[in-house]
Amino acid sequence: MEGAVVLLDFWPSMFGMRTRVALAEKQIKYEYKEEDLRNKSELLLQMNPVHKKIPVLIHNGKPVCESLIQVQYIDEVWNDRAPLLPANPYKRATARFWADFIDKKLYDIGTRIWKTKGEEQETAKKEYIECLKLLEGELGDKAYFGGDNFGYLDVALIPFYCWFYAYEQCGNFSIEAECPKLIAWAKRCMQKESVAKSLPDQQKIYEFLLQMKKAFGIE
Amino acid sequence: MAAVKLLGTWRSPYCFKVIWALKLKGIPYEYIEEDVFDKSPLLLQYNQIHKKVPVLVHDGKPICESTIILLYIEETWPQNPLLPIDPYERAVALFWIKYADDKTQSIPKIYRTTGEEQEQAVKECSEMLETVEQHGLIEGKKFFGGDEINMVDIAFCMVAHWLGVLEEVAGIKMFEPHKFPKLHSWAQNFKSVPVIKENLPDDERMFAWLKHRREMLLAPKSN
Repeated sequence: MEGAVVLLDFWPSMFGMRTRVALAEKQIKYEYKEEDLRNKSELLLQMNPVHKKIPVLIHNGKPVCESLIQVQYIDEVWNDRAPLLPANPYKRATARFWADFIDKKLYDIGTRIWKTKGEEQETAKKEYIECLKLLEGELGDKAYFGGDNFGYLDVALIPFYCWFYAYEQCGNFSIEAECPKLIAWAKRCMQKESVAKSLPDQQKIYEFLLQMKKAFGIE
Repeated sequence: MAAVKLLGTWRSPYCFKVIWALKLKGIPYEYIEEDVFDKSPLLLQYNQIHKKVPVLVHDGKPICESTIILLYIEETWPQNPLLPIDPYERAVALFWIKYADDKTQSIPKIYRTTGEEQEQAVKECSEMLETVEQHGLIEGKKFFGGDEINMVDIAFCMVAHWLGVLEEVAGIKMFEPHKFPKLHSWAQNFKSVPVIKENLPDDERMFAWLKHRREMLLAPKSN
């Protein structure tokens, strides 16, 4: 597990946040490199030639791409502390299923909330809440998705929390009103130092989103 | 009662991925053919979120999504490993498996569309093939992981087998040996593996079904 760790990232990225949280949970020292996505570095293009995307985790000079793959890699290499994936294969499959569900749904639907208006936006809001309610169902009465301990699925989902305020402002709705248990879970996660220091302030995310809307020509 | 059951359909590469993994590891299972146009209560109960095949049921507990099923099989029955043991090499394998899962979805679009839509699908497919040819396969290696078949090869099965028959049905030629020599060579190696060779959908039946399906999808809508 020795060796330099570098993270190529972009501060508002929910996917980059997953890796930041995993690294923080394991208390791994690393160098954070902010990428300008309109002017990608040679290093990024070299380390992720297929997708040219962040986050890229570089360990001992070798790149690992895709946030969930990075979280699993970090868990396997630094396996002597703060386990993230459950030990039981069926529980691992369940965690992966819901992380896959998050990846298939939340980002795209969330994007539609801020990119559209009127009926399209209403549909996007409804779909987003439906997804969150399904996740609430999976959480049940547990403190974390991982059970008593913060784990892989918590890491996969918590970054989306810092974007909720921005979506709520754009869509004029309250996620907490519809999904109180999920928000309670999120606040519980935010009590953890690894999460608090890895997620940007929700107001900053909202300001970033307003800039993006301007750039896309959306009021 | 079989401990392992697989709900699937004879046409689906996703289902074959699971069949191959079970057979490569020597795991006995009961196969249940599903009519995806008339889904059984069992399927709807086991996969409430996506309502799709394949579903693996182990000791009564369902696992959904083919790659997640394969990872479950790998972790539950470690014999004849289908993933590298080294964490870095495993991360690279998982990267290509995800790439295959995301990008091979453009392959069926080729036979489901015409005109501009089809051109777009062909373009996406070609880009995917070029990327794999350039970055995924290593000169001289029989398979993605070396001398033995593994989960990455299985993930790209649509390229090895289904792409050919889809091209025929759609009347397109894209996956040509001179353009993609490494991929072509890999596809032949893949289909020569006994477990794969002996477990593929019947070519004629597949062609007939896809041709019929294409006609139905592209039929002009009646007034």
